[in-house]
Amino acid sequence: MFDSLSEKLDKALHVLKGHGQITEINVAETTKEVRRALLDADVNFKIAKEFTNRVKEKALGQNVLKTLQPGQLMVKIVKDELTELMGGDASGINLSGSPSVILMSGLQGSGKTTFSGKLANYLKKKKSKNPLLVACDVYRPAAIDQLHVVGDQIGVPVFSDRENQDPVSLAKAGVAHAKANGHNVVIIDTAGRLAVDEQMMTEIANIRDAVSPQETLFVVDSMTGQDAVNTAKAFNDVLDFDGVILTKLDGDTRGGAAISIKSVVNKPIKFIGTGEKMEAIDVFYPARMADRILGM
Amino acid sequence: AGKSKVDDDVLDNLEEVLVTSDVGVNTTLKIIERIEERVARDKYLGTEELNLILREEIAGLLSETHHGEETEFQIDTTHKPYVVMVVGVNGVGKTTTIGKLAYQFKKQGLKVMLGAADTFRAAAIDQLQVWADRVDVPIIKQKMGSDPASVAYDTLSSAVSQEVDVVLIDTAGRLHNKVNLMNELGKVKRVMQKVVPGAPHDVLLVLDGSTGQNAFEQARQFTKATEVSSLAVTKLDGTAKGGVVIGISDQFQIPVKYIGVGEGLEDLQVFNKYEFVDSFFNTSS
Ligand SMILES: Nc1nc2c(ncn2[C@@H]2O[C@H](COP(=O)(O)OP(=O)(O)OP(=O)(O)O)[C@@H](O)[C@H]2O)c(=O)[nH]1
Ligand SMILES: Nc1nc2c(ncn2[C@@H]2O[C@H](COP(=O)(O)OP(=O)(O)OP(=O)(O)O)[C@@H](O)[C@H]2O)c(=O)[nH]1
Ligand SMILES: [K+]
Ligand SMILES: [Mg+2]
Ligand SMILES: [Mg+2]
Repeated sequence: MFDSLSEKLDKALHVLKGHGQITEINVAETTKEVRRALLDADVNFKIAKEFTNRVKEKALGQNVLKTLQPGQLMVKIVKDELTELMGGDASGINLSGSPSVILMSGLQGSGKTTFSGKLANYLKKKKSKNPLLVACDVYRPAAIDQLHVVGDQIGVPVFSDRENQDPVSLAKAGVAHAKANGHNVVIIDTAGRLAVDEQMMTEIANIRDAVSPQETLFVVDSMTGQDAVNTAKAFNDVLDFDGVILTKLDGDTRGGAAISIKSVVNKPIKFIGTGEKMEAIDVFYPARMADRILGM
Repeated sequence: AGKSKVDDDVLDNLEEVLVTSDVGVNTTLKIIERIEERVARDKYLGTEELNLILREEIAGLLSETHHGEETEFQIDTTHKPYVVMVVGVNGVGKTTTIGKLAYQFKKQGLKVMLGAADTFRAAAIDQLQVWADRVDVPIIKQKMGSDPASVAYDTLSSAVSQEVDVVLIDTAGRLHNKVNLMNELGKVKRVMQKVVPGAPHDVLLVLDGSTGQNAFEQARQFTKATEVSSLAVTKLDGTAKGGVVIGISDQFQIPVKYIGVGEGLEDLQVFNKYEFVDSFFNTSS
């Protein structure tokens, strides 16, 4: 039902090529197709508009119209622009603390608990760290059990306290426990929350202030639509997070939310989730993501 | 007669509202074309009329359950037990929706039973157990990792012998592009029919309200695998609008039955298409 962008561009560029006299109007026609494809890929409305305007300027500036193969150049411009937009200093993960504290945040069901496990497993296996998982979701039914199951699967201990209903003091206790037990990384799993839930947003800000994480990560479902900008901005306003995690990329979503989020908060996308298993984690490659969004 | 500048502005604005509500370009253009036709025909006068036309046109795309205007949680009591199988991709709110539905049906005096056929996700069974305890309804479960079809079979067998009215079967979240997992759902469904012919009577596809255009593919693939008969849209208590269901409901002719508006027991509502459409134009959220 949704043509890939490359197909669409081909179509639009076909129109462009079909004209003996290539004009600025043809470029406009092509960028309209780019915009539509971005919208089909869930790039935010306003951001898609800005993006296509930039592409149009570039296309005119680089004299696309005079080249022999305007189509290929056009695709290249779009791809480069996308890649650049999503790239930037992918600085890896900051593990300078002793212990290094990593705080998860995000909407309900985005994949925080699963990703907490994946990251712990990754840091343990690939970076020889000794992580501790801390269960600070006191709301979701069986959230603590879930983190324990995940911890057992990967052989990483989990700090929890079912008597304590206060996520802020739980987080502090978790970090203290890590210090006392020689853990050099602490990963704090938190409850899912909506950006409009002021009380819950204040809570996570308080957790952040109580444990001063080296990394506060915003976990987002790659299938997210237009709302990605609102949510990312609201979480960033409250937390000034350090990086973004894109989950569920093993699906067939185009993942345009990646562009929207990057545009609106300008924070690096650090990792991606590619499955339900603990090994299904990968670093983020902007060029691959650009291809995916473009359907190439 | 040429259209005034204002009309174009209004339509541009309408496009923005619809697209940013995740209605999608195709469905948005479809709606705008219909509006343009109506405007040309009925000689559109003011924004009041436009709003009315808009509501009608969008509501017209939404497929209907029965009369389309229910306000109560209803099941077809000619089936006993009435079996609902709940499906969807990961993390959309299946288990939570089951807890809320169980609460609504129990409140009506119906005898409800839950089946824990998500035997895969970490602590999925514990999560459903918490909901069963909250609502105070029985749950049928096996060990983690056991065959979901076998859990469904057990659940329906117990439901029949205990003369239960409504059975709600939870299933593991799965992405629709995973062929084996989708086939597994088909098997769960077939096994149910061995116990209760005609079951499941409702296959409820849960969609996360913040999902974009990928929801189309979810609807397509789940419908292929399980003949989805109704939709629930969750997490509409946030700023996401869930507009993608308009096109889905239109294309696959599946009604939206419920919306999720929070994490609590009572945070499930029967879908009202007019309120839904109006929410796109509420600038407050
Ligand atoms: N296919 C796939 N599923 C994933 C991925 N990451 C998480 N999931 C699944 O998504 C669902 C939700 O994941 P959770 O880790 O429970 O999400 P959460 O953000 O902790 O959820 P809440 O605590 O309820 O806010 C589960 O079924 C996970 O198995 C991924 O990368 N791919
Ligand atoms: N705000 C809000 N949160 C919801 C709503 N429905 C579900 N949730 C939350 O979303 C998260 C995921 O819900 P689940 O019911 O576990 O989703 P699921 O589809 O069963 O997930 P898997 O079994 O892992 O695929 C939980 O944190 C729920 O509390 C809703 O309507 N509004
Ligand atoms: K809303
Ligand atoms: Mg969680
Ligand atoms: Mg579930």
